[in-house]
Amino acid sequence: MPDAYRKTLIRQISQHAHSEIVGMLPEANWITRAPSLTRKVALLAKVQDEAGHGLYLYSSCETLGIERDDTIEDLHSGKAKYSSIFNYPTLTWADIGAIGWLVDGAAIMNQVPLCRCSYGPYSRAMIRVCKEESFHQRQGFSIMLKMANGTAEQKRMAQDAINRWWWPALKMFGPSDSDSEHSAQSMKWKIKRFSNDELRQRFLDMTVPQCHLLGCEVPDPDLKFNESTGHWEMGEIDWEEFWNVVKGKGKCNRQRLKARKGAYDKGEWVRDAALAYAEKKRQRKAASVAA
Amino acid sequence: MSNKKNWPLWEVFVRSKAGLNHRHSGSLHAADAEMALEMARDVYTRRSEGVSIWVVESKSIKASDPDNKDSLFEPANDKIYRHPTFYDLPDEVKHM
Ligand SMILES: [Fe+2]
Ligand SMILES: [Fe+2]
Repeated sequence: MPDAYRKTLIRQISQHAHSEIVGMLPEANWITRAPSLTRKVALLAKVQDEAGHGLYLYSSCETLGIERDDTIEDLHSGKAKYSSIFNYPTLTWADIGAIGWLVDGAAIMNQVPLCRCSYGPYSRAMIRVCKEESFHQRQGFSIMLKMANGTAEQKRMAQDAINRWWWPALKMFGPSDSDSEHSAQSMKWKIKRFSNDELRQRFLDMTVPQCHLLGCEVPDPDLKFNESTGHWEMGEIDWEEFWNVVKGKGKCNRQRLKARKGAYDKGEWVRDAALAYAEKKRQRKAASVAA
Repeated sequence: MSNKKNWPLWEVFVRSKAGLNHRHSGSLHAADAEMALEMARDVYTRRSEGVSIWVVESKSIKASDPDNKDSLFEPANDKIYRHPTFYDLPDEVKHM
């Protein structure tokens, strides 16, 4: 395997894994505040799925000969990134709807082509992930539907969540093709199969009608439908805001990393104790066999 | 590489239905076999994907070397007489 291909995969898969794990934080914020038991178990199941996604991806990354610890260390030191989308706060219950619908929706758009990428362990992990994702998006949209058809206050919350998540979701596809550092090479290696702009366009075409179906407004004054191409056209993306969040200046960057590190450090004694207990059991068994 | 002592890596095999083979699902880290089984249940069978799980410590698996692929598998390619289609029989022969 060519070294540059391997390094690219390690970077991409580990950052994908970190995103799944960090991505649990904004939603976990609402598990104890879910408005009903049904919504609560659904959100709990979704967040548990995301933990699973992180694990499938860390495992596939390990097949490239890198230790799990090292990838996590890179996240904690800031050397490795995770998707910037998780650096925005979740202010109301409607945010949980908007995340499932828009953020998981954009993730699905990105992940489906990866099911056919050139590296087997990554593509197999993606197949498993994609199977689980559609429930995430549907539970999110179902929250939005409920709120958009609810009281005036609930409608206002739904629209407010859309206003805050719409643009960050569009930015999840990454910079424009001309400004994307790794795009061309990854296309050649068949790690990436469609360009950032292509996927963003597909997402836009799918999502605008869904937003209208909710009876909500798309927060883009320049949005228009082009009759001749049959595509929606969006206004200018504020890339400066995007790069600011990537560089650590988003609302929650520090909080997210602190939560991840804290969980890892506080879990250390549990990991050590489990190892010690396993070793004790092994020795006991060996002694009873010898006796 | 870190010098910390980590939980070993396990490979997980899941049988999806009685009568089918166990198939490789993926891997995970766990302190011992019991814990690996419990975690495999949570990670790989959250939607009734299985009726039985095997876990094997990854280091116990001996894999063939991809560089030896030709010498291992190429010799089977020209042994077409191992396939039923190699044998031409008259049409009158039924049920064979
Ligand atoms: Fe996910
Ligand atoms: Fe998801």
